[in-house]
Amino acid sequence: MAVSTDRRAPSTSETRYSAEYRDWLRMMVLIRRFEERAGEAYAVGQIGGFCHLYIGQEAVAVGTISALRADDYVISAYREHGQALARGMSSRSVMAELFGKATGCSGGKGGSMHLFDSSLGFLGGHGIVGGQIPLGAGFAWAAKYRKTDQVSLTFFGEAAANIGSFHEALNMAGLWKLPAIFVIENNGYGMGTAMKRASAIDDFAIRADSYGMPGVSVDGQDVLTVRAAMDEAVERARAGEGPTLMDIQTYRYVGHSMSDAPHGTYRSKDEVEERRSRDPLDVLERRMRELNLIDDDGMAELAAEVAAEVADAVQFAEESPEPDAEQLFSDVYAPNQGTV
Amino acid sequence: MATMTYRDALNAALREEMTRDGDVYLMGEEVAEYDGAYKVSRGLLKEFGPLRVVDTPIAELGFTGIGVGSAMVGLRPVIEMMTWNFALLAIDQIVNVAAKIRYMSGGQVACPIVFRGPGGAALQLGAQHSQAFESWYAHIPGLKVVMPATPADAKGLLKAAIRDDDPVVFIEGEMLYNVKGEVPDEEYVTPIGVADIKRAGADATIVCHSKTVKPSLQAAKTLAGEGIDCEVLDLRTIRPLDVEAILRSVAKTNRLVIAEEGWGFAGVGAEVSDLVQREAFDDLDAPIRRVHQADVPMPYNKHLEKAAKTDAPKIASAVRAVCYRD
Ligand SMILES: Cc1ncc(C[n+]2csc(CCOP(=O)(O)OP(=O)(O)O)c2C)c(N)n1
Ligand SMILES: [Mg+2]
Repeated sequence: MAVSTDRRAPSTSETRYSAEYRDWLRMMVLIRRFEERAGEAYAVGQIGGFCHLYIGQEAVAVGTISALRADDYVISAYREHGQALARGMSSRSVMAELFGKATGCSGGKGGSMHLFDSSLGFLGGHGIVGGQIPLGAGFAWAAKYRKTDQVSLTFFGEAAANIGSFHEALNMAGLWKLPAIFVIENNGYGMGTAMKRASAIDDFAIRADSYGMPGVSVDGQDVLTVRAAMDEAVERARAGEGPTLMDIQTYRYVGHSMSDAPHGTYRSKDEVEERRSRDPLDVLERRMRELNLIDDDGMAELAAEVAAEVADAVQFAEESPEPDAEQLFSDVYAPNQGTV
Repeated sequence: MATMTYRDALNAALREEMTRDGDVYLMGEEVAEYDGAYKVSRGLLKEFGPLRVVDTPIAELGFTGIGVGSAMVGLRPVIEMMTWNFALLAIDQIVNVAAKIRYMSGGQVACPIVFRGPGGAALQLGAQHSQAFESWYAHIPGLKVVMPATPADAKGLLKAAIRDDDPVVFIEGEMLYNVKGEVPDEEYVTPIGVADIKRAGADATIVCHSKTVKPSLQAAKTLAGEGIDCEVLDLRTIRPLDVEAILRSVAKTNRLVIAEEGWGFAGVGAEVSDLVQREAFDDLDAPIRRVHQADVPMPYNKHLEKAAKTDAPKIASAVRAVCYRD
């Protein structure tokens, strides 16, 4: 990829985040194991519909969301299980939602693509490509309107960066200096269409120039690089200096959704294997080992914690009740405003 | 009672609600410095400032989405569509987000927002600028669709729409903006979902809304001279539909004509007809008749346009037909 060097977020070896490393690693491993387990549950019919896994992209969610404050906003597309977990939604409530159960974060009425937890400012889970981009700008508009210093973080894929809503939302965000951070989660493909077959340029950070905001190109397989770049964007937004566009390069190891093979028609096995060789979980683990922040025992302990959490989430989802039949008609309109 | 135009009634509603609630703001193309393409927002910028009366780029999808996003986190935006023809570019945000966010989130996220602007035809604006889309939005669970015909209803219903906790599609009429009418001096809010009898009568019911109310009243006047006493029922709200009011009127008159501005296929009249044949079949003394735009894009030519549109003579002849007087 031809990325101009001045937009490249520098890789860093600083240790200022080292106190957070274990939490990051735990979250990335949790997302990985959660998604693997979700894939299994899908295969046996416990999860239905469309289901898009996040395997390979974990450092993007963890590196960005860990920089936010509790009262900030997060919005994403349909590939959002990892972001929901990184935002602090429980494995139980997310897994139960995938199972369509009443205990799911959206009461079983949202599903894999529509995870919500308004208490954490996690506002979906959206299924129309690019539809969430103006919404994220809208949260930022509300923060500006109310004169709070909240920040709005919007995730979307690199293919969504070619849709009209991207242009309209980023132009207004730049024009009005909204406290918004737009993260292109650039996994190289929109379904089976490689980025180069869909975009006239291959460095999305350049597009930021059109909207009067900084654009930064980030190695999305190194959580530390992601976090350091995100901190700068958050600082700008909180200080009232306006939005940032981040093009974070990553890779999905799995198919687009459960019906798509990991490789085949549109990308080769060799390519997938090559990209998997620089795994975001390994990158952080190696760094932690070098700094003596974790050893074999520590890794085993972490793995056991995560395994127990995922098993508990699945059991919870399995044992949870289905939504009551009356739930079919609730939440269409506000309660107590008469029937429609 | 003061006499004012429909436009000024809407303006007063916006002013009152923006004064009452600091979370209410107006956003759209030309709403601020230009005072609104149809001057509905005249003076509001001066009064409330640029944070609350916001000019946008020509980006219907983008600013509608920004409005919806801000409503999801608690603001109460009023998004002006310069006309509803242009809202087609924003329909993704209205239908895919605003209408569904409460449901998809299991009741966690509300979307108290008003989308408003003129709908339907004016005069000789041609095919792309003359469309009535209320049946599109009324089709969608999660939306409310409000269409006032008079200044008093415009004011009371816009205030209700702004206070409503759900997304409201509020369709005005370019040809209605200059219509004058009595508006109560004291503060009032007109409830959404309640139809209004604009003329009581015994022989036939004309169900209408928005711009078809006036021609329905004209037709009723003509028909009175022929000994047919029409009841003119203004729906005021398309969704939720005031089912009781429709059935009550049909039970009284036993004959029904439905007049609307838009196309007939899958139109508002189709929905009302279905309701009445199902719930009041035995009340009917004649098949229901519908009056609507001809099934063509709106022509530019004056005479062709007139031929395409719903008007008082067409409504009157439909009433004669249901009374077997044609
Ligand atoms: C407007 C719209 N068009 C098409 C689709 C079908 N679709 C779902 S995901 C997708 C690819 C999106 O790719 P990208 O934005 O890169 O996100 P990724 O799936 O890679 O995370 C397409 C075409 C859709 N959901 N919405
Ligand atoms: Mg992609």
